[in-house]
Amino acid sequence: MIRDITIGQYYPAKSAVHRLDPRVKLVSTLLYLISLFLFRSISGYLVATLFLVTVIRISRVPFSFIVRGLKPVIMLLMITVLFNLFLTRSGEVLFHAWIFTITEGGLVTAVYMAIRLIYLIIGSSLMTFTTTPNELTDGIEALLHPLNKIRVPVHEVAMMMSIALRFIPILLEETDKIMKAQIARGADLESGNMIQRAKSMIPILVPLFVSAFRRANDLAMAMEARCYRGGEGRTKMKPLHYKHGDYTAYVIVIVYVAAVVVIGRYVPLHVWIF
Amino acid sequence: MSIKLEHLNYVYSQGTAYEKKALKDICLEIPHGEFVGIIGHTGSGKSTLIQHLNGLIRATSGELFYNGENIYQDGYNMRGLRNEVGLVFQYPEHQLFEIDVMTDVCFGPKNQGLSAKECEERALEALHLVGLKEKYYKVSPFELSGGQKRRVAIAGVLAMRPKVLVLDEPTAGLDPKGRDDILDQIAYLHKESDLTVILVSHSMEDIARYADRLIVMNKGTVMYNDEPKKVFEHYQELEQVGLAAPQVTYIMHDLAGKGLPVRTDVTTVSEAADEIIRALA
Ligand SMILES: Nc1ncnc2c1ncn2[C@@H]1O[C@H](COP(=O)(O)OP(=O)(O)OP(=O)(O)O)[C@@H](O)[C@H]1O
Ligand SMILES: [Mg+2]
Repeated sequence: MIRDITIGQYYPAKSAVHRLDPRVKLVSTLLYLISLFLFRSISGYLVATLFLVTVIRISRVPFSFIVRGLKPVIMLLMITVLFNLFLTRSGEVLFHAWIFTITEGGLVTAVYMAIRLIYLIIGSSLMTFTTTPNELTDGIEALLHPLNKIRVPVHEVAMMMSIALRFIPILLEETDKIMKAQIARGADLESGNMIQRAKSMIPILVPLFVSAFRRANDLAMAMEARCYRGGEGRTKMKPLHYKHGDYTAYVIVIVYVAAVVVIGRYVPLHVWIF
Repeated sequence: MSIKLEHLNYVYSQGTAYEKKALKDICLEIPHGEFVGIIGHTGSGKSTLIQHLNGLIRATSGELFYNGENIYQDGYNMRGLRNEVGLVFQYPEHQLFEIDVMTDVCFGPKNQGLSAKECEERALEALHLVGLKEKYYKVSPFELSGGQKRRVAIAGVLAMRPKVLVLDEPTAGLDPKGRDDILDQIAYLHKESDLTVILVSHSMEDIARYADRLIVMNKGTVMYNDEPKKVFEHYQELEQVGLAAPQVTYIMHDLAGKGLPVRTDVTTVSEAADEIIRALA
C-alpha cells in the first residue's frame, strides 16, 4: 500500500546514467529544471522532450515505473492547470459561461504549465531513481563544501539528510508492520467519521513514534561508539572523482541547454495545439 | 473446520525492480485442533505465509479456505476471520501503545465489541496465562523489559479468545524458563480448549516437544509436511537447507553408529533417556 510511492526511490540498474558522478547528476538536473523555463515555444518543448526521453532510455528505468511516480502529484497538477486555465486572461475568448472564462492565452499557459510540471517531476525523480541516497548526499556535501567558509555546517546537514533518507523506508516498513499487528487485533482503520478515524490512528502512531525514538537513540549510540565527532578531519571511504564520462555528460548537458535556448527562442514553430 | 491453502503464490512489490517471489504454489491443509510447527531458514517465507491465514496479506494467486469458505470471495467477513484467527507477530512488543498493560490487553476484546467488564475479565485471564506478575498490570508497557513486553503482547491476542492461534517465533529472545512457561501454557490451551496452534519457531527442540505436525519451508515452498519424527529422519537434507534436527537425534544416530541398539527416530530428551535406558537394560 504505502510502498507504491516511487518518488525519491532508487531504481537499481546498470546504466551509464547510474554510473555518473552524483555531482554531475545534481548539477545537470538543476540545469534541466532551469532550462524548462527558458523558452516558450513548441520547438523548445520538442528539444526538452527529446533530451528527457533519451536520458530515460539510457538510464534503463522502465517508463511505467516513472509514470507511477507521477500519481501522487496528480492532484497538485490538476489544481495548477485549472488555475492557469481560468485565471489567465489574454487573447481571444474561447469559452464563456457564468464566471468561467477560458481564453486562448489561458489554454496555452495551462497546457505549457502542465508539461513543464510533469517534466520537472520526471527530471528530478530520474535523478533519485539513478542515484543511491548515499551518493546523493555525498554529492550535495561536495557541491556545498565551499559554504563551509561562511560557517554553514555542510557536513552536519548532509549527514542529517542521509540519515533522514535512510529512515524513510525503515519507517514505512515499520508502519506497515504495526498497522498489520493492530488490524490483527481487530483495529478498524477505515470506517467511522473524521474524529473516529483520527482516534483509530493512535494505536499506530504511538508505537511508531516510540520505535522512531528508539531507533534514533540506538543510532546515536552506535555513532558515538564508533567515535563519530562530526565532519572535521573525517575522510571518505569512497571519495568522489570525476571520470571521462562525467566531463562528457557536463558537455552534453551544456549543449542541450544552449540548444533549448537557441531553438526555443529563434525557431518559433507555431503549430498551436488546438 | 480447517484452514486450506490451494496453490497459493505471493509476490512482494510486484512489477518493480524489487519484485520478490516469497511463496510459490503452497498447498496445505491445517485441520481443526492440530498443533502445527513451521520451521525454515530466515527468509524462507514463514512470516509471509502466516499473514495470509487471517487475510492480512492477499495472495497474488491461489485460494485460501477457512471452514470451507473462500476468504477471497466478495463480501467475505474479514473482521470475523480476524476474530477467530489470532496472530502474534514476530517481535509483537512493538505494537504496544496504551497507557498501561491492562488497557493494552483490553484493546483486542474491546474491538470485538465486548463490555468493559468482559474485556477486563478476559485481560486478567490472558495475563495470568502468560505468567505476568500482577504488580505490572497497571504499569506502562514501555517500562517493562523485553520479555515482559512479549508476554503482554501475547496476552493481547489471547484475550480475544481465538479459535486458531498463530505465533511467529514467540519465544525468540526469551530465557529458557520463560520460553517453556509460555509454550507450556499454549500447549495447555491447545489441549483444554481445543485451540488450533500454528507455531513458527527456529527451535527444533520446541517443535519436537509440542507439534503434532511439522511443515518445513524452503525458499518459499513447502519442503516437508509430516510428523516431526518422520521429518527429522531427513536430517541430512535438512542440514543442506541450513536447518538441523534436534540435538538428541544426532546423539541417537551416533549411539546407533557405535553399536548401541537404540531407535534413531526419537526427538525429545525424555524419549531419548527412556530409549537409552531400554537399550542398556
Ligand atoms: N515487506 C517486504 N517487502 C519485500 N520483500 C519482503 C518483505 N517482507 C519479506 N520479504 C521477502 O520475502 C521473503 C520471505 O520473508 P519472510 O519474512 O516471510 O521470511 P521468514 O521465513 O519469516 O524469515 P525469518 O525467519 O527471518 O523471520 C524474504 O526473502 C524477504 O526478503
Ligand atoms: Mg519471519
